[in-house]
Amino acid sequence: MLLSEIPKEKILWMYKTMLLIRKNEEAVEKYYRIGKIPGSLHLYIGEEAVAVGVVANLNREDVITSTHRGHGHFLAKGGSLKKLWAELLGKRTGACKGKGGSMHLFDFENCNLGSNGIVGGGIPHAVGAALSFKLSESKNVAVSFFGEGATNQQNFHEGLNLASIWKLPVIFVCENNQYQISLHYSKQQAIEGVAKRGISYGIPAVEVDGQDVVAVYEVVKRAVERARSREGPTLIEAKTYRFTGHTIDDNELYRNRDEVEWWKKNKDPLAIFERKIIEEKIFGKEVLEKIAEDVEKEIEETIKFAEESPYPEPEELFEDLYSTKTKGTLIWNWE
Amino acid sequence: MSERVITFREAINEALDQEMQENAKVILIGEDIGRYGGIFGVTKRLIDKYGEERVRDAPTAESGFIGAAIGAAMMGYRPVVELMFIDFIGVAFDQIINQAAKIRYMSGGGISVPIVIRTVSGAGFSGGAQHSQSLHSILLHIPGLKVVMPSNPFDAKGLLISSIEDDDPVVFIEHKGLYETRGVVPKEKYSIPLGVADIKKAGKDVTVIATAVMLHKTLSVVEKLREEGISVEVIDPRSLRPLDTETIANSVKKTGRLVVVDESYPRCSFATDIASFIASKYFEYLEAPIKIVTPPDTPVPYSLPLERAWIPNEEKIYDAIKKVIEYKA
Repeated sequence: MLLSEIPKEKILWMYKTMLLIRKNEEAVEKYYRIGKIPGSLHLYIGEEAVAVGVVANLNREDVITSTHRGHGHFLAKGGSLKKLWAELLGKRTGACKGKGGSMHLFDFENCNLGSNGIVGGGIPHAVGAALSFKLSESKNVAVSFFGEGATNQQNFHEGLNLASIWKLPVIFVCENNQYQISLHYSKQQAIEGVAKRGISYGIPAVEVDGQDVVAVYEVVKRAVERARSREGPTLIEAKTYRFTGHTIDDNELYRNRDEVEWWKKNKDPLAIFERKIIEEKIFGKEVLEKIAEDVEKEIEETIKFAEESPYPEPEELFEDLYSTKTKGTLIWNWE
Repeated sequence: MSERVITFREAINEALDQEMQENAKVILIGEDIGRYGGIFGVTKRLIDKYGEERVRDAPTAESGFIGAAIGAAMMGYRPVVELMFIDFIGVAFDQIINQAAKIRYMSGGGISVPIVIRTVSGAGFSGGAQHSQSLHSILLHIPGLKVVMPSNPFDAKGLLISSIEDDDPVVFIEHKGLYETRGVVPKEKYSIPLGVADIKKAGKDVTVIATAVMLHKTLSVVEKLREEGISVEVIDPRSLRPLDTETIANSVKKTGRLVVVDESYPRCSFATDIASFIASKYFEYLEAPIKIVTPPDTPVPYSLPLERAWIPNEEKIYDAIKKVIEYKA
């Protein structure tokens, strides 16, 4: 697909969003290193083209479910950077009022049904959202993001099977970043390629270069058209690579530096996209530089907002657990 | 209200029917719930009325279809899932404890999960260790869930209607020994609020908390004790979370004695939970140690005499009550 076939406005959005995800993750990492973010972090650096290439095809009403590496999906789907940062810092102004954290980001406003700390946990939720679209006869679609590690998990197999027999408008996007923490993909399953697994469920599957946002955009476009016209689910395997460790504290003893450097040098999704934009003369360098400036400024302002936001009060511990009031004791208290 | 006598099974069927009639967002998902009508016959004929889109037969993929029900619930549907036996909960446990129960909390109240998981528990049918358990105590451990356990047709209908209309995930547990029991049930739709216990029998000497089938066994023991001059107050909690601690505490304050009868395993259980709650909060009212009547700490056996020995019976309930009555400090 040529870039000229994609509306300019969309290309601008794709570039800005990829850059925002990258710069944001870099800022998050820096902030973690100085001890300002608790818990652990799973950075999305290197995989930006997948979230952006997929979401470029979606409307706000389309649903996504995400993974424990979900900052990128959250932002791509329209999530607020301010709410993301406030959540990472555990502030009340966060996306989940400080009750979710990095691995559990929800954003119902933008139909993001949540990142998930359980590998594969969100796959059936996307299937269920797609079922709701089928029942209500809407044209919306659901997309489930998951890593290749999830494809050995029951929710993957059961989710694909259900979506196929019920002919649901769902797109399964496997972000094959090649490592399940430390175990290489080749040692996770005996057959080569996650996409092949679609065959056993009667689901068309396609493999795509996950470092090329245009390629991702193109295959997802077809899958979305298929889903919207009620032809059923599609499985997409995006071959990608995480440039950082599994978590921020990963010593990465399981892969050699040359491999990482090769990917960074040759398969950086941002560099590839930037080159295409310039070569195909869609935008000049100065436009991209201006975007970078804006992004840096936005992140800076956001950190200030998150820092200045209040922490939740201890009483808030007991809020948001149940929605329906009932008569008896719902939350146990021994005192 | 027009009343007639129907079975526990029919009462649940009627609750599902009336909720589906009233709200198109109520859908059923489960194994063999369509033409087959559910293996215990609870969903019979609903497929004729509401079609296979809303009465959705699922393959044996409990994690997948409970997860899908959660996804549909997050989008505003009200799925009622049938989990054939509560023993199978293990294969879907992540979706229940890490997903359904926590999504509202983790999202800071942003997303609710109005799903009902109807399931079947209970021993007494030679089902063996994997088809006879009462695992509700495991669920009570998990914040975010609501757990309901009716003991009669009237309560079953009213509580199920409340559960379906509730915005939180509810596990609704039907004891297989109750399906054939009959009772007066109004034809019209009505609901029983969750968290309200029912004093099945007022008394003054001892409080007995009993659930599901154990409630019926307790009531039959009460007659014998009455002849001996012992007045027993029998409370059916009906929903175990939320729990009507007020009614339970008030009763214990009055009687000074407590026995809890429940069919789930003894350790970290509903019975020990109530016992520790009363002991830690209302110790000064107690005139005797609390007794719990539960099965022994073993899996459910298959052989008839073994299973009979496993299930708490009238004799054990009688002995426990007598012991707390006769206790001398």
